Amino acid sequence: MTAPLLEVDSLALSFGGIDALTDVSLSVPQGALVSIIGPNGAGKTSLLNCISGRYRSKRGRIRFAGHDLTRLSPSARAAHGISRTFQNLALFSHLSVIDNILIGRHRRFSPNVLLDGLFWGPSRRREVEAREEVEAIIDLLELQPLRHQIAGTLAYGQQKKIELARALAMQPQLLLLDEPMAGMTLTEKEDMAKYIVYLNRTAGITIVMIEHDMRVIMDLSEDITVLSFGKVIARGTPDEVMADPQVQRSYLGDPQMFDSIAEGRAQ
Amino acid sequence: MSSGEFIVRHEQALRLFPTKWGRVRIAVAVALVLAFPIFANSYQLGLANLIFINIVAVLGLNVITGFTGQISIGHGAFLGVGAYASAYLVSVVGVPFLLAVPAAGLVAAVVGSFFGIPSVRLKGLYLAIATLAAQFILEFVFKGWTSVTGGTSGMSAGAPHIFGYEIHGDLPFYWILLAAAALALLFVRNLTRTATGRALMAVRDHDLAAEIMGISLFRTKVLAFAIGSFLAGVAGALWGHYVGYVTPEQFGLGLSISLLVMVIVGGLGSVLGSVLGAIFVTLIPEALTTGATMLVPDASRLTDMLAFLREGLFGALIIVTLIVEPAGLAARWERIKMYWSLYPFAR
Repeated sequence: MTAPLLEVDSLALSFGGIDALTDVSLSVPQGALVSIIGPNGAGKTSLLNCISGRYRSKRGRIRFAGHDLTRLSPSARAAHGISRTFQNLALFSHLSVIDNILIGRHRRFSPNVLLDGLFWGPSRRREVEAREEVEAIIDLLELQPLRHQIAGTLAYGQQKKIELARALAMQPQLLLLDEPMAGMTLTEKEDMAKYIVYLNRTAGITIVMIEHDMRVIMDLSEDITVLSFGKVIARGTPDEVMADPQVQRSYLGDPQMFDSIAEGRAQ
Repeated sequence: MSSGEFIVRHEQALRLFPTKWGRVRIAVAVALVLAFPIFANSYQLGLANLIFINIVAVLGLNVITGFTGQISIGHGAFLGVGAYASAYLVSVVGVPFLLAVPAAGLVAAVVGSFFGIPSVRLKGLYLAIATLAAQFILEFVFKGWTSVTGGTSGMSAGAPHIFGYEIHGDLPFYWILLAAAALALLFVRNLTRTATGRALMAVRDHDLAAEIMGISLFRTKVLAFAIGSFLAGVAGALWGHYVGYVTPEQFGLGLSISLLVMVIVGGLGSVLGSVLGAIFVTLIPEALTTGATMLVPDASRLTDMLAFLREGLFGALIIVTLIVEPAGLAARWERIKMYWSLYPFAR
């Protein structure tokens, strides 16, 4: 068996006295589609923030494609090919859609101020190349009519799609999706699921996804990790996770809980 | 208006003026500016020169505040750094004028980047206070470093020479300042359509997302301060040589604030806005003076009232402009263009 692409090893993170993550480990093989689920406040987004570098973990290691990322800044991690979308929209809201996607490609630009200021030679050539690449992403995600619109003025579902486009422009090895379908209509969800499956199965991008829609999770993912109160409480295939009594308890509560209440009433 | 034009290649989409009418408009503007000295008197030439200097300075501040979103209240002092550096280089060291001006820009860029470092940690009002400190520290240096700056009495900027000819008077300076303003405009406009400028704007709109996209916040913010204060330094150097003398009073807090007014009235993050803001803030006080003297037959009775009236009316006009068009004069221009492109269906 080859080494996993991403390996998170006993990660711990705390804010003041609150332990957001305790001893969380996660291993993502090359080409996999792994989901993280859990109740609100379980630490799912915190885990993603630790991987993308937004938060510094207190303990633990993050290894990616043979490199130790634990101490690197977010922009240095991007250079290794980790890209992500955000739970709450984080588009560059005053820029056009095409500029937003072009910024996603920034790590492969290595811009030079003087050349850019003169718009000369390599600078001009790179811009044209970048446009061609971005057009391919626009075609893939069907964003053609939105190309020149200002990102902040668009509808929520469209903005979510542009976030995905921006993350793709980086040509990532690993894509972190934080609730890609939250707040979308059914058709938008279906489209998004289609894109995610395409990116994973056909384009071969390894994906780690957080999502609350259980049908999407169960249908798409190969492997699920369940977090609750900052701890991993279960992991396995969708069927295994669904049958796990601890998972059922954390999502639905303890079945006996109602019995004891009913007994209390009866007395 | 502009219809029937189709963009079929990426190179076309990247042009500075993609439409035919845009090119016609800019050609007319260029022709007017080139022909201006023929029918302008020396007073009008002087005003035009002041506008060109302000355009360069405001473009610099727009790179920092408009594009990158970092408030700077120390911009006037960065102009001062450039003015003193160039004056020293020309009058004491004897560096040729054409080399001294960009060198002064570089000196200002180094100083500006140094004072821009706090922007990595500070945002909004806190950064405003930090840059205000830069303003006071630099003013103190202008006054205190007597051996170089001449202290409170200032220093002579030295006679600028180009290829052995002494540059003196409004007309030669008109061409030099026009060239400087045009180059600065082209440079900043080019930044906005390339990766460097996009990185600046990404930091303004969402710094956390920008960082995740691989943009280093430290490098980008310091770069913004470097570009902005380079332009400020060039503007200051040119101004110093134009008036011939450099004193600390020229580069006080008032200048910083009035540059900020130009940026905001013109339009944050807009190259055209920098031009409109510089024109508005430079011309309106003059127009008010001329207007008052034309309306009142006996102008001598007005002289003591005039200064007060002018400042008051000017302030009121700024407030009215901001209420009517909070996004700046450039946004109004966009609206006018939109109206005519949809005519007669626009409201």
